[in-house]
Amino acid sequence: MSTREAPPVAGSGASRTPPPGTTANAAGAAPARRKPSKRHRVPFRARLRRDWPLLLMTLPGAIVLLVFHYLPALGNVVAFQDYNPWAGDTPLQAFLGSEWIGFGNFENLFSSDAFWEAVWNTLSITAFQLVFFFPLPIALAILLNSVLSTKLRSFIQTVVYLPHFFSWVLVVTFFVQMLGGAGLLAQEMREAGLQPWNIMTNPDTFIILVTAESVWKDVGWGTIIFLAALSTIDTELYEQSAVDGASRWRRLWHVTLPGLRPVIVLLLILRLGDALSVGFEQFILQRDAVGRGAAEVLDTFVYYHAIATGDYGFGAAAGLFKAAVGLLLILAANKMAHLLGERGIYSKS
Amino acid sequence: MSVQLATKLRKPSSRPVWEEKPTPVGLAIKGFILTAVVLAVLVPLWTVVVTSLSSRQTINEAGGLVMIPKGIDASAYVTIFSGGTVTKALWVSTIVTVVGTAVSLVLTVLAAYGLSRPGTVGHRSLLFYFLLTFLIYPGLVPSYLVVTGLGLKDSLWSLILPTAVSVFNLVVIRAFFQAIPQELLDSARIDGASELRILTRIVLPLSKAVIAVVGLFYAVGYWNTWFNALLYIDDNDKFPIQRILQSIVLQGQSPTFSGLPVGTSMPPTLAVKMAVVVVAVAPIAIVYRSIQRHLVKGATLGATKG
Repeated sequence: MSTREAPPVAGSGASRTPPPGTTANAAGAAPARRKPSKRHRVPFRARLRRDWPLLLMTLPGAIVLLVFHYLPALGNVVAFQDYNPWAGDTPLQAFLGSEWIGFGNFENLFSSDAFWEAVWNTLSITAFQLVFFFPLPIALAILLNSVLSTKLRSFIQTVVYLPHFFSWVLVVTFFVQMLGGAGLLAQEMREAGLQPWNIMTNPDTFIILVTAESVWKDVGWGTIIFLAALSTIDTELYEQSAVDGASRWRRLWHVTLPGLRPVIVLLLILRLGDALSVGFEQFILQRDAVGRGAAEVLDTFVYYHAIATGDYGFGAAAGLFKAAVGLLLILAANKMAHLLGERGIYSKS
Repeated sequence: MSVQLATKLRKPSSRPVWEEKPTPVGLAIKGFILTAVVLAVLVPLWTVVVTSLSSRQTINEAGGLVMIPKGIDASAYVTIFSGGTVTKALWVSTIVTVVGTAVSLVLTVLAAYGLSRPGTVGHRSLLFYFLLTFLIYPGLVPSYLVVTGLGLKDSLWSLILPTAVSVFNLVVIRAFFQAIPQELLDSARIDGASELRILTRIVLPLSKAVIAVVGLFYAVGYWNTWFNALLYIDDNDKFPIQRILQSIVLQGQSPTFSGLPVGTSMPPTLAVKMAVVVVAVAPIAIVYRSIQRHLVKGATLGATKG
């Protein structure tokens, strides 16, 4: 993780210098790593006496993370147990009383067809959304950026950011009400004498449906980071290329897209690192309507096998598999970004 | 907002001289796409609001959802606010949102300030401890076991504590704190002010915008909490609004209303369903409107770090 003052992503090419307010910090911290600065020659106990209020302030947050993040992360070891919730009165006692079975859960997992089906569904949805969702915020941002009237533009922005703040229950509700069997579209089609097609319960088109829902919810929100990046592209570049006779489309290709490249690479890495997560609530909410064959993804697989049916060890094994592969993916994607000459999400500083 | 930045670079509402005039076809396509995008958000919202305010007759005439309002009939709202499952769920969600946002903001602001000065004892390891949560995934099963093991099942704290600290939000606030001129804080320190005093008297008043945005993120998260309620809350009286929305609108269960006098005619089911949707959306829309001008800044600040 980078601890140095990161330049704003949007202008990572242009503004490498930290903002004015942070120079004091950066100057204080950066040399400290290479050779002890004056500040660091202060003896440890004196520094402790000076800094303890700051340490105390981080404590409550650190404890919450310890209990609700790191403890469950360690708790993943139930994947190596035949965890029996009735082996004790509390989960802790049950954990201590359960039998260790090595890789037994993983053997069951890897020989389970339902598991591979969930992996396949997850990866197909990721791939599909990479093609049909990922470019849309970029396109919409470029389009919005070309709207000259500031008033009109901020009106559109206000509207398209809003669905980002809706819960998945609400998003699915809106889709059911608009496109479902008793929804607005079906209603209008019946009135026009057409046979309404049911989109909400059709497993074959489910991948399109979930992508459409994700687009509806987040395409507007996704434009924010690209709009910020667009606003840092030097207008002189556009002017000069226009003077040199570059058309609108050539300017898009040779000025706009290269300007967006660092952000696109960054977001692509984050998406690839998260390839095994495609959303959770969205799928649980719709799994009953379209069936397991299409809507079972890794996260819902864990939920249904562990919490709903009580096979905790097996579910934890699937969860641990997902976490381990996810970690590898994010490290690999970041490495790739460095090889491509981009900053990536973190760097050794 | 980035918009303002963009307009600084380019005069508002005027085309640079070197840019060619757009073709009519191009303009038409652009207008069509942007209109479609805006309508895709507004039409569902409009339809839901209008239907929730429609009488049985209007709904029957339309054959379902209503797009053109004919008079206003608020009986669906009277019904859901008269007591019973929806009223209860609104209370639960309000409590969880208010308490949760307060707890989260206190924890996050304290930790962000504690981590905002490189050079303090253990700064790098502490920061690493917080940031490592981005790479290490706790897992659903162990999380469930920890929360139930702490005896939080059927307690509203199970909807608050597991999500109380978002390291993403912490990074956003920390970045903002670090942009405050250090000389300001140093002079207060020389005057003998304690760190807590500096935080509350100097740093926080300068950080209202970022606190508002992060507060919005937290509040929306708590208002939208659904899956944790599915996991940890079995008691119907403690269901938050999203659980009720799911059971009434998606699963088609009928809500119970306790406060209505016997013999009152029930408003149409569809209007009641849509009214539940509206009360689930309304708080978000209102808070969003009031904070929106700070939003882009908060969102991009976070993206530059972490």
